[in-house]
Amino acid sequence: MEKVLLKGNEIIGEAAIRSGCRLFFGYPITPSTEVVEYLSKHFPKHGGTVLQAEDEIGAINMCYGAATTGSRVMTASSGPGISLKQEGLSFSAAAELPMVIVNVNRCGPGLGGLGPAQSDYFQSVKGGGHGDYRLIVLAPSKAQELYDYTMEAFDLADKHRNPVLILTDGFLGQTMEPVVLKDRPKAPEIDRSWTVGGCKGREKRIVASYSLTNEIGEANNLRWEAKYKDIQEKEQRWEEFHTEDAEYLLVSYGTTGRICKSTVLNARKKGIKLGLIRPITLWPFPEKAFVPHKDRVKGIVTVELNTGQMIEDVKLAVECKMPVELYRRQGGMLPTEHEILDYLEDRFNLSAVEEV
Amino acid sequence: MEKVFARTKGLTDVSFSFCPGCTHGTIMRLIAEVLEELDIIEETIGISPVGCAGFCQDFFSCDFVGAPHGRAQAVGIGVKRALPDKNVFTYQGDGDIAAIGTQHAIHAAARGEKITSIMVNNAIYGMTGGQMAPTTLEGMKTSTSPYGRNVSVDGLPMDFPKLIANLEGAVYVASVSVDSPKNIAQAKKAIKKAFQVQQAGLGFALVSVLSTCPTNWGLSPVDSLKWLRENMMPVYEMGELKVTEEVKSL
Amino acid sequence: MMDKVILAGFGGQGVMFLGKVLAYAGMGADLELCWIPSYGPEMRGGTANCSVILSDEEIYSHVIDYADAAIVLNKPAYDKFAPRIKSGGVLVVNSSLAKLDNVRDDIKIIEIPATDIANEIGNTSIANMVCLGALLPNLKLVDLEKVEKAMNELTKKKPELLEGNLTAIQKGISFVKA
Repeated sequence: MEKVLLKGNEIIGEAAIRSGCRLFFGYPITPSTEVVEYLSKHFPKHGGTVLQAEDEIGAINMCYGAATTGSRVMTASSGPGISLKQEGLSFSAAAELPMVIVNVNRCGPGLGGLGPAQSDYFQSVKGGGHGDYRLIVLAPSKAQELYDYTMEAFDLADKHRNPVLILTDGFLGQTMEPVVLKDRPKAPEIDRSWTVGGCKGREKRIVASYSLTNEIGEANNLRWEAKYKDIQEKEQRWEEFHTEDAEYLLVSYGTTGRICKSTVLNARKKGIKLGLIRPITLWPFPEKAFVPHKDRVKGIVTVELNTGQMIEDVKLAVECKMPVELYRRQGGMLPTEHEILDYLEDRFNLSAVEEV
Repeated sequence: MEKVFARTKGLTDVSFSFCPGCTHGTIMRLIAEVLEELDIIEETIGISPVGCAGFCQDFFSCDFVGAPHGRAQAVGIGVKRALPDKNVFTYQGDGDIAAIGTQHAIHAAARGEKITSIMVNNAIYGMTGGQMAPTTLEGMKTSTSPYGRNVSVDGLPMDFPKLIANLEGAVYVASVSVDSPKNIAQAKKAIKKAFQVQQAGLGFALVSVLSTCPTNWGLSPVDSLKWLRENMMPVYEMGELKVTEEVKSL
Repeated sequence: MMDKVILAGFGGQGVMFLGKVLAYAGMGADLELCWIPSYGPEMRGGTANCSVILSDEEIYSHVIDYADAAIVLNKPAYDKFAPRIKSGGVLVVNSSLAKLDNVRDDIKIIEIPATDIANEIGNTSIANMVCLGALLPNLKLVDLEKVEKAMNELTKKKPELLEGNLTAIQKGISFVKA
């Protein structure tokens, strides 16, 4: 299989092409711009269309329109742009439209900066816009995963008729790493009986989300709730790293998730039984990952690039049975593997452990 | 016996839910007749907005997509880019297209998007109970301009089709009214042209239709039509505002 | 085994390209690698740096706190990155543009007048490659042959650049062997 060296953002574009996506609507914003640039260059060769919209709101609503036809469609943006898209995302979730949204998280709030951050965790996993809905959220931690998860995102979106968000950051987006261009997985059987496209030979269809009465409204909410529960049951994904005998756990995703792997190896060299749970789906949060550990592990540190957002989900998942602490950097700064270990040792008084 | 009139196939048998005297029904029927005459009911996807106009999704017999407030053109463009051979039209009120959705309408026109937009202008936000719109006339009383639209505070009303006509990609722009049988016939011609423009792939087409809102205007249906004629038609430039050479030769 | 290398200089000195040569050399050798750019506030004229990690096993953290090696093409880059070399690591300094002070004695410092050597070759902009030549014998995972292959790949669209770049690398190698 072909192996290439590309920037993370470009890999997302390549994966979209190889996933059969042929429509991209977007608006340039750093640090996500290479996604639209890469597709602008390469999409036409594959018969694809990149339309640079008048603004982020236009772009997400174009995605909404394209998705109603059953076409694979994607948009990409960063922080402020994703905020502008929230109305369209809420409507897309309500109309149950498959689409893939990429958020190359920049640090905020406000205009913020371009450095890597995970400050959009709450916005990503709690819906983000108005109303009670969920997006499936995938968190890659390296270039190969940017490729693999983007491909998977399209299939998950189709399978569950739900928008899927890929939450990455500028550090992953700008870093070049080798990527194996795997073939597209066998696409799931897709129900297209709801799409619009002209009512020849069938009843007319309406794709919309207005609930005319409260009774209809509640019925809709119950239906969506059931779908979200089904996704929570079936689609939790995570990676475990040296957790078998772990006495302490790091929990971290994305860029910091991979940094934590180095921390785990360093800790083990010092005799500290440290493991890592790296959530791959941020929603549904992989609470199942914690079941075998929650009566055994002595303490947990979540490592995040925000004031502590995922830590709430971790505390719920372990039912606060052990101390859950936060190590975080913000504003575009990244922790080193060493400072994470220093914090863990300090928090749990582990410095006395002998070197082995 | 010969049948001389039948309900257009472009409409479903769902009864209109509009207030008495509201001209939404007339405008929808004109569009439906055009869809039938051009034989494109089954090849058309309509985009409904938020507002009274939004109910149109139940009345037309073609496929429909319900857009967020003001986003109908963006949604329609998404559909059209995915299905370039189908006809796509948006049906929007003046607040939807000319206030909260202005940016999408302007850029749809600028890019010459091959969609048809119908703007229904009743100078007021109808569904939410009669608030001031960008099209509300000077001195006109609404629930958010209870002393009349005060130009020094609220600015002047906006002649949206005129603005759109300035853009290169808008190849057909017309402003019509449905206040009289003669004007209804004119309106239908304009609407038909706006769909033919799309079929020929020439660019963006907009038809603005002046409409009444007897409920929020506080007038009887007949007085509403008179009010429209006497107050709106002098303010808004009427007729075909832009017809490119290519459109003329259709 | 791992080579964590920092490359730094003024924007326009070919810092990013230097990193790409190393990255493609790693790619050709089927190594794991990361190329991580980090620009100064300006694209031209400011300080630019990037880092490359080459490894024969999976790279977890790609945040370099202490590097195995670095090339610094000017004085500000020296000031910023000299403290970021691991004890026992290697630092190649373009001595044409950086006169050293506070010299660390726990790392190997190679001072090479790269800009002067580049000027002798007739192209001032290949000082970066002269430095690469000086660094190469000190790297664990890539060698001249792999770099030559990478250079062939990277100059495909501008083949006239190939020879000058290779000559510069050779000059750098000869300088440290002399």
